[in-house]
Amino acid sequence: MNALACIPLLLALVLSPLLFGVINRTKAFLAGRRGQPLLQIYFDLWKLLRKGAVYSRTTTWLFRAGPMVGLAAALIAATLVPLGNFPALIAFPADFLLFAGLLGLMRFFTVVAALDTGSSFEGMGASREVFFSALTEPALFVVLATLARQTGQLSLSTMFEPVSGADWLRAGPVLALVVIALMIVLLAENARIPVDDPNTHLELTMIHEVMVLDHGGPDFAFILYSAALKLWLFAALVAGIVLPATDNAWLNLLLALGGMFGLAVVIGVIESVMARLRLLVVPQLLVGAGAVATVALILTLR
Amino acid sequence: MGTNLILVLVVLTNLKLLASSRLGASIRVVAAQGMVLGLLPVLAHVHELSLHFAAMALGTIALKGVVFPWLLFRALREAEVTREVEPYVGYISSILVGLMALAASFWLGGRLPVTTTGVSSLLVPSALFSILAGLFLIVARKRAVNQVLGFLVLENGIYTFGVGVVAETPFLVELGVLLDAFVAVFVMGIAVYHINREFDHIETDRLDRLKG
Repeated sequence: MNALACIPLLLALVLSPLLFGVINRTKAFLAGRRGQPLLQIYFDLWKLLRKGAVYSRTTTWLFRAGPMVGLAAALIAATLVPLGNFPALIAFPADFLLFAGLLGLMRFFTVVAALDTGSSFEGMGASREVFFSALTEPALFVVLATLARQTGQLSLSTMFEPVSGADWLRAGPVLALVVIALMIVLLAENARIPVDDPNTHLELTMIHEVMVLDHGGPDFAFILYSAALKLWLFAALVAGIVLPATDNAWLNLLLALGGMFGLAVVIGVIESVMARLRLLVVPQLLVGAGAVATVALILTLR
Repeated sequence: MGTNLILVLVVLTNLKLLASSRLGASIRVVAAQGMVLGLLPVLAHVHELSLHFAAMALGTIALKGVVFPWLLFRALREAEVTREVEPYVGYISSILVGLMALAASFWLGGRLPVTTTGVSSLLVPSALFSILAGLFLIVARKRAVNQVLGFLVLENGIYTFGVGVVAETPFLVELGVLLDAFVAVFVMGIAVYHINREFDHIETDRLDRLKG
């Protein structure tokens, strides 16, 4: 195994919380505030890890397993996603199925842990999360199927390597549609604004945040860190399609990193200029993402 | 490349129409689709550009992008409606039907023995999809304005089809088609106004009984 293959994983482990920092600073800048320090989320993680955890007597082992399984799933998923020209640590045909499955497992345990608390609010959040993810997952699969068809590859590492550059000239519309769909999936999966508001603390409107209300201390640190990893992985996929590839692998890596932080700025701008959609309209947006991805798939199939 | 982009935009605008409940937004989408389609003959026959294509493009853009939306917005203002409240088929189901229609169009488009003079392999499927989407809009919506829009999308599909074989189509025939569409939209605009004045609404599903 090549030592260089560790680079995407190491970068994800170290830099992923920084994406949240960039998003927060962008939002603060657009709102005319100074905002929290870029590294605030690292401080938060450190603070939470040193704390103890409090568990309600109504909870069972499921509640304690939730954050740990979530973090484990996110870490394994991080070994599957390439960055720039560097392939992922683990790559085999059809590994995108494992990637989607791990994200599903992570979500399942978050939902189960939320239901285990017996709180009615967390049940509502869990119900919404499951409903919306049932709509984003088909979109994600159609996006990946389109890319697989377009490149003729079946592994995430080889699938994202040949995309971009010449492909944009040859199949520009297809790739643009794929990027749009993947971007909506990214916003929905990571509980960002048109779907869910990460800042709100009104239980009736939250989706992701309401499910993790009862976690504290190291458990919450795990949840925060796995959310950061998840955002990083999706951002890496989007950057892998959008950015042009040069001959120099290190330059590509820099471009990919720049693209991902650029994407964080874009998310910050979206969150500043848009309001959260009404819950009834969110399914329309998600089905729309699936429709856009399906159009791309049909265009590649002909 | 340019023609492919236009045809993909046409497909996307059709899907947007199927998902949109706001009539004003729908009219704007159809206007944008008409303008984009106006550019299609110019881009498709860029090597044999002549006065014929330029005149056709200008006429199409002026009619479909400016005159029709203006007429429809006037009808909308007089009828005082802004959205389709209870369509026969819901918006999410409409998108799914649209996707099936798109798949069917591509399947059919690959099998039709049509010579599109090498404009684009997307041309026949997207034309078929416009026709199907237009028909579906006419059937699945209640507001008269949406049905006019469906008719326009249907006409856009036939127009797209025509661009592929434009070399053989006489100029006069195209002018005639444009004029027909114009008259139809004009008459429908007046009809919408009168329906609204007589019945206080433009829901066509309640027009199957005589008044009084």
